Amino acid sequence: MTNIPETGRTPRVQIRLVIIQILVVSLLGTLGGRLWYLQIREGEAYAKEASGNHVQQVVDPAVRGSILDARGVPIADNETRLVVSASRTDLLKMDDDGKAVLTKLAGVLGMKPKEVMNKVRLCDSKTPQPCWNGSPYQPIPITDEATAKQALQIRERSEDFPGITAEPQAVRRYPAPGKANTAQVLGYLSPVTDEEIQQAQNTSSPYLRSDQVGRSGLERQYDKQLRGKAGVTRYEVDNLGRVIGQAEADPAHPGSNLVTSIDARVQRIAEYELNEAMKEARKQLDRNTGVNYKADSGAVVVMEAKTGRVVAMASNPTYDPNAWVGGISGKDYATLTGKKSNYPLLNRAIQGQSAPGSIFKVVPTAAAINAGYSFNGPYECSSSYALGGQVFKNFESKGYGPISLGRALEVSCDTVFYRLSHEEWKRDGGTKPKKNANDWFYKTAHQFGLGDETGIDLPNEVTGRIPDRQWKKDYWKANKDVWCKTGKKDGSYAERIAYENCLEGNRLRAGDSINYSIGQGDTLVTPIQMATIYAAISNGGTLYDPAVGKAVISADGKNVQEIKPKSHGKLPMTKQTRDEIDDALAGVATRGTAAWRFTGWPQDKIPMHAKTGTAEVYGKQTTSWFATYTKDYSIVMTISQGGTGSGASAPAVRKLYNALYGVSEDGKIDKKKALLPTPQKNLPKIESDGSIDAPKVAAYPPKNAEKATGQGEQSAPVETPAATVNPPTTGNRNTRRRSARHGGQKRRRTTP
Amino acid sequence: MTGANSFSVSGYGPERSGWARLFARDSLARRLDWPILLCSVTLSVIGAALVYSATRNRTELNQGDPYYFLVRHLLNTGIGFALMVATIWLGHRTLRTAVPILYGVSVFLVLLVLTPLGATINGAHAWIKLGGGFSLQPSEFVKVTIILGMAMLLAARVDAGDKEYPDHRTVVQALGLAAVPILITLLMPDLGSVMVMVIIVLGVLLASGASNRWVLGLIGTGATGAVAVWQLKILDEYQINRFAAFANPELDPAGVGYNTNQARIAIGSGGLFGTGLGKGSQTTGQFVPEQQTDFVFTVAGEELGFVGAGLIIVLLGVVLWRACRIARETTELYGTIVAAGIIAWFAFQSFENIGMTLGIMPVAGLPLPFVSYGGSSMFAVWVAVGLLQSIRVQRPMSA
Repeated sequence: MTNIPETGRTPRVQIRLVIIQILVVSLLGTLGGRLWYLQIREGEAYAKEASGNHVQQVVDPAVRGSILDARGVPIADNETRLVVSASRTDLLKMDDDGKAVLTKLAGVLGMKPKEVMNKVRLCDSKTPQPCWNGSPYQPIPITDEATAKQALQIRERSEDFPGITAEPQAVRRYPAPGKANTAQVLGYLSPVTDEEIQQAQNTSSPYLRSDQVGRSGLERQYDKQLRGKAGVTRYEVDNLGRVIGQAEADPAHPGSNLVTSIDARVQRIAEYELNEAMKEARKQLDRNTGVNYKADSGAVVVMEAKTGRVVAMASNPTYDPNAWVGGISGKDYATLTGKKSNYPLLNRAIQGQSAPGSIFKVVPTAAAINAGYSFNGPYECSSSYALGGQVFKNFESKGYGPISLGRALEVSCDTVFYRLSHEEWKRDGGTKPKKNANDWFYKTAHQFGLGDETGIDLPNEVTGRIPDRQWKKDYWKANKDVWCKTGKKDGSYAERIAYENCLEGNRLRAGDSINYSIGQGDTLVTPIQMATIYAAISNGGTLYDPAVGKAVISADGKNVQEIKPKSHGKLPMTKQTRDEIDDALAGVATRGTAAWRFTGWPQDKIPMHAKTGTAEVYGKQTTSWFATYTKDYSIVMTISQGGTGSGASAPAVRKLYNALYGVSEDGKIDKKKALLPTPQKNLPKIESDGSIDAPKVAAYPPKNAEKATGQGEQSAPVETPAATVNPPTTGNRNTRRRSARHGGQKRRRTTP
Repeated sequence: MTGANSFSVSGYGPERSGWARLFARDSLARRLDWPILLCSVTLSVIGAALVYSATRNRTELNQGDPYYFLVRHLLNTGIGFALMVATIWLGHRTLRTAVPILYGVSVFLVLLVLTPLGATINGAHAWIKLGGGFSLQPSEFVKVTIILGMAMLLAARVDAGDKEYPDHRTVVQALGLAAVPILITLLMPDLGSVMVMVIIVLGVLLASGASNRWVLGLIGTGATGAVAVWQLKILDEYQINRFAAFANPELDPAGVGYNTNQARIAIGSGGLFGTGLGKGSQTTGQFVPEQQTDFVFTVAGEELGFVGAGLIIVLLGVVLWRACRIARETTELYGTIVAAGIIAWFAFQSFENIGMTLGIMPVAGLPLPFVSYGGSSMFAVWVAVGLLQSIRVQRPMSA
């Protein structure tokens, strides 16, 4: 009966027992293998998933630093608003998922219950706005415009509103002290995008979902410093989201304050007078076109001559940067960026470029000296200069006979420069340049920093253009196909130009060199470039990188990082040449083209130097340019389609100087009235509690004067409705002010 | 060599001390299967630690006493251990005579579940509330009585020397004996236990030497039955959902797939050495449901890592390996069948329990032998260990 004597088992049973044993071993082996796979091979991935499972972050946003003017007046700061938020985790613990509480809350806030519930739902692909796309563990803001009464109701009956908080929170504000809104210089903020979060993930300053990011101007340039670092508390939570422990807590570091060299008072005058000048220009008839000047845009830059710091920078048309706060509305966005808008977001002081006209003449003057011509000449200032069949006229066809380069600057004699530039062009080989062509007139322009960024601490500066031989070649390559297609030998003016360009647009022609010598033709400059150049002539030849930021000061005032002036080169001229040009430009202000605008100016006490410019633009009205400097400041102003330099821009510049030095129209200096007779040296003091002792900014123009001129500012056609910022006068406003006092906002209000 | 039921010691004088006698050759202690005993105790102790870790801050379960489950688990182990000793002392042969009574009682208890006395825990209507916080899961005991009952029937004529293998009639009787409690359990429905019982029946039939046709037939019936259960919608929705979630764990991570997903995260995050007992965040955060009972293995995976969780599998492996040896070495078919039934039971239940936490088996409410918290299971498992020991102790030591 038994084959295996020891046990007496039959072979069938014995074999089956072995099969069972093998099955058992393989089952357990399967478990072991799977365990190895999960824990060893994929362990790290699961560990990550586990930590994401039970650690939740609560973000305590850092207060963004203020942007201060040179004396400490905030031009961008934060105001405290009462923000009512709901904690989703608290609501979900309730039997009805918090519906009752939210309905009650809607009653208190005067909102519809549906509206409130939509705000606390989480965003996903199927959920349309409004919805919350931040962390579900972050308190979800329901309104940032709660009144104190509403907040009190919620706080006092906290047992009726579990999971609801009403806290004061900081929100960006552009207070426009003294109505100086400084819009394009400040820039604006908007919420961080998913892409940016991803990109900045592994950098030293990662973004948080709740972050606002600077999109232009100083807000963008100094975003990292202003933003600070949000506090993050990581809580360990259980499966129901209950907090079971605090993992780690990084306290919030408030953003640093940016002290700028902007003086809000001067900024206000620059903005106001620019606007006034443009309004005035629109009343003037343009004899060339037979219609009034359009004066569609303009810019003015006030710069410290010895440092390159920007005291004021105005661009027109302008807008109210507060439109961006709390998310820009679709309507506002269209007004700011639409085709009809005339692009108020552009900072025309650094992003507007046009031909410089005669304010360019300091460049060919220096170029001529460098090419070996003497300053004194004399050079023939004829009424016109003929080249082949073409006649290049002097301004208003006036001749002055043989004069020096200095006199040529004073009276802005074009023919002197035509002749010099043309001569140099011929010497360099004309249309067939020599191998080592000197190209003095072009080289010098580059040495002046033209055709290149000045390096100002504002984003998206444009370079302008020096139409030298290389540029001609590049430009021709890019455009020849179109030119050759549209060009006709005997067509309209545009067609003839295209035809010519198609044939020889790659060469620098004689006419090009003549046009170029007086800043016409294809030459393009920005106001900031010209301000930098005239400041350099003033300071003895140093081309400073223009700078708006002066210092970054930590929120507690303890850490001060000054932003030192940097230079990007020296003017290509000897001290003697500089002095000679300096004299000539003083002559412009006393007996030359700008003299009639500086009648009564105390030239002996505050030597004024100026150069007018009127640039012709094909198909448009002339561009008004006015470049000036004293030993302390350089001011450059331009108005597109505004008329002549001295006609349209000079009065505004004179008013700026009057205010800076306290000069009255009759030339008397009242030092008490002088806003800034010398540039602001000291940095404002920021106390350890973050408060700043900022002075008041007086209204400009003074009240009685404003009545005299009328309140035309608001009615300026090209200006967006809120060029000057009036704070909203709703009931909420009072609340905010009160809560600011209660809520620990220590900064003194500086707006009058 | 001495006879099978000799407890005396040969070769040494009668004056030997009790300890010496206990460990003398062929003594009871010598013939006990120590690896099984040691592994079973170790598993129970590890289980106690895991149960403690899983429940110490589940205040809604432990009535504010972090040691509530630890103490009870150890108590259950103690009772189970006593039941094992009693089983050894009685011997499986003695129990053989009591099988009809034991079987009757267990079937009666299973039937009680279907009466209003029955209680539903975690979707399975498989419990009898005893009051005082105690409850009984009769299907655990049915597993033992099915083994004993079938073994009694199938081995009777073979052990008597009448037949080489059990004949068809006996097999039918044995299957009928098993079918009654299985069908009742299916009505509860406690699908996990039914699965285990079917596997037990299969193991028993295999070891009995019943013809291949029966074995293949049973496998076929099992498969058809599974399809029928599915098609006839006998299953409750929660059971269908479990299978759906098994097929596609990402189906609904917050709902049905949640258990399996969280279980896998817990185990996976343990790595080689684990986070340390009581330090697992998945466990502390109570992300895995039923962690002291059905999902106890996830605690081991997270807090003890591959080393600790692997140890549990190895210990179970040792128990099963030794049990296989016992099954092969005993001369009586009765002992062989009982041992094989127990092997099928332990092996499948362990595989299903651990497998579902690892995501390779669908979720079914089954405890992990020795480790999971639960009195009924613990008692039944220890009785089974007692049966294994008894088979080994009482087997003739020589042919």
